[in-house]
Amino acid sequence: MRPIVRRAVALSMLAAAGLALALAAEPALAAGADAGADLPWWVWPLSLFFVCFALGIVAVPAGVGGGVLFVPIVSGFFPFHLDFVRGTGLLVALASALSAGPSLLRAGLADLRLALPLALLASASSIAGALIGLAMSAQVVQVALGVTILGIVALMASAPKSESGASVTPDRLAAALAIHGVYHDRATGRNHPWNVHRTPLALVLFTGIGVLAGMFGMGAGWANVPVLNLVMGAPLKVSAGTSGFILSLVDSSAAWVYLHKGATLAVLTVPSVIGMMLGAQIGARLLSVLKASVVRKLVLGLLLFAGARALQKGLGFAG
Amino acid sequence: MSARDEKPAQPPEQLHYATLLGWGTRTGFVVLVLAFAAYVTGLLSAHIPHDQLPRLWVLPLDAYLSKTGAPTGWDWIGLLAKGEYASIAGIALLSACSLPCLLAIIPDYWRRGERMLATIAGLIALVLLFAASGFLVAGH
Repeated sequence: MRPIVRRAVALSMLAAAGLALALAAEPALAAGADAGADLPWWVWPLSLFFVCFALGIVAVPAGVGGGVLFVPIVSGFFPFHLDFVRGTGLLVALASALSAGPSLLRAGLADLRLALPLALLASASSIAGALIGLAMSAQVVQVALGVTILGIVALMASAPKSESGASVTPDRLAAALAIHGVYHDRATGRNHPWNVHRTPLALVLFTGIGVLAGMFGMGAGWANVPVLNLVMGAPLKVSAGTSGFILSLVDSSAAWVYLHKGATLAVLTVPSVIGMMLGAQIGARLLSVLKASVVRKLVLGLLLFAGARALQKGLGFAG
Repeated sequence: MSARDEKPAQPPEQLHYATLLGWGTRTGFVVLVLAFAAYVTGLLSAHIPHDQLPRLWVLPLDAYLSKTGAPTGWDWIGLLAKGEYASIAGIALLSACSLPCLLAIIPDYWRRGERMLATIAGLIALVLLFAASGFLVAGH
């Protein structure tokens, strides 16, 4: 297929995803986010499936996990209580991380040695985050979620990206754990050896990231990647792959807390997980044809809107 | 034309982990999809009637639990014949599928004398077991 045709097809699919998002959210907007009890029950899981399908399409090319889009958008525009949205958001992020994990590990884009020490502290702190989040009032969590989402927008819009790795001098802990590797870039056919540094600082940061992931039910790729890439100096592709793998461990711990507390509803979780995974398959195919900067702007716009909506709901201005 | 580098081999424990994770994830998804299909089609009866759901999922968790008598901790196991809890079994499988992978790489690292990484993998497995135990929700 010629490049211009492929791009046109890709943009059409993205537009269709946007339309699906708008149509699927329409019942929620029409009924008011706190109403909707008069609609047939199946409208909601079906809407959730289409919204998650659309979110999955844009999440991959934008380089964010589905969970960070799911929680603010679904809690802002659907009638479900935030307690259930967070439990579902964690499982959406977990399912995406689990399905990508094996191929990332085989390709060397996720590194077990790099992931394990960070995942240990983050998975323990995500349990604490989940317990804190479920103990707080929904309004407080909405406000904190809104502030966090707007912070993520600022971070994503301003964070530089570094392809460094080889030039980094490993710290003592990284050397003791032999955290280094070589990744193969399929685009160039070249091998890139890499090292990491500032491991103790990264451990502290990952402890905080785990709390946020558990508290808000979001996958924390938006925070993992900058810490791995900018703080530790791991190459960008290894950072993105290892971040996804770390999520599979961190979100598992927090997911058990939501599951045992009774905050996991199959009728919300299963359509969301399936929709997000199908959408992500298409998103992964669009990765090579869509301009990443365009999708990134779309996602930043969505997050800005969703963050403002969370603040509006939390502060009591929502209709 | 520049030469392409040979793809580097990944460490055996990483491949071991990937294989087990792949199997665990596939199993979890199959259970999840089949159980949910049985739930929405009515093949498995529901603990909470479908048409009551829109009045219940708007409630905070505590109100939802007291109104529905929905189980907490591991009590959902007793309701596996109900569609929504059969689906929860798929979710539990997905949440647990990292555990065997972690346990499997402990001897891999230990045999190679990498005791620190073996210990870290063991500690993560303990964290997961602790979260999965339901101990944290006792007395809800």
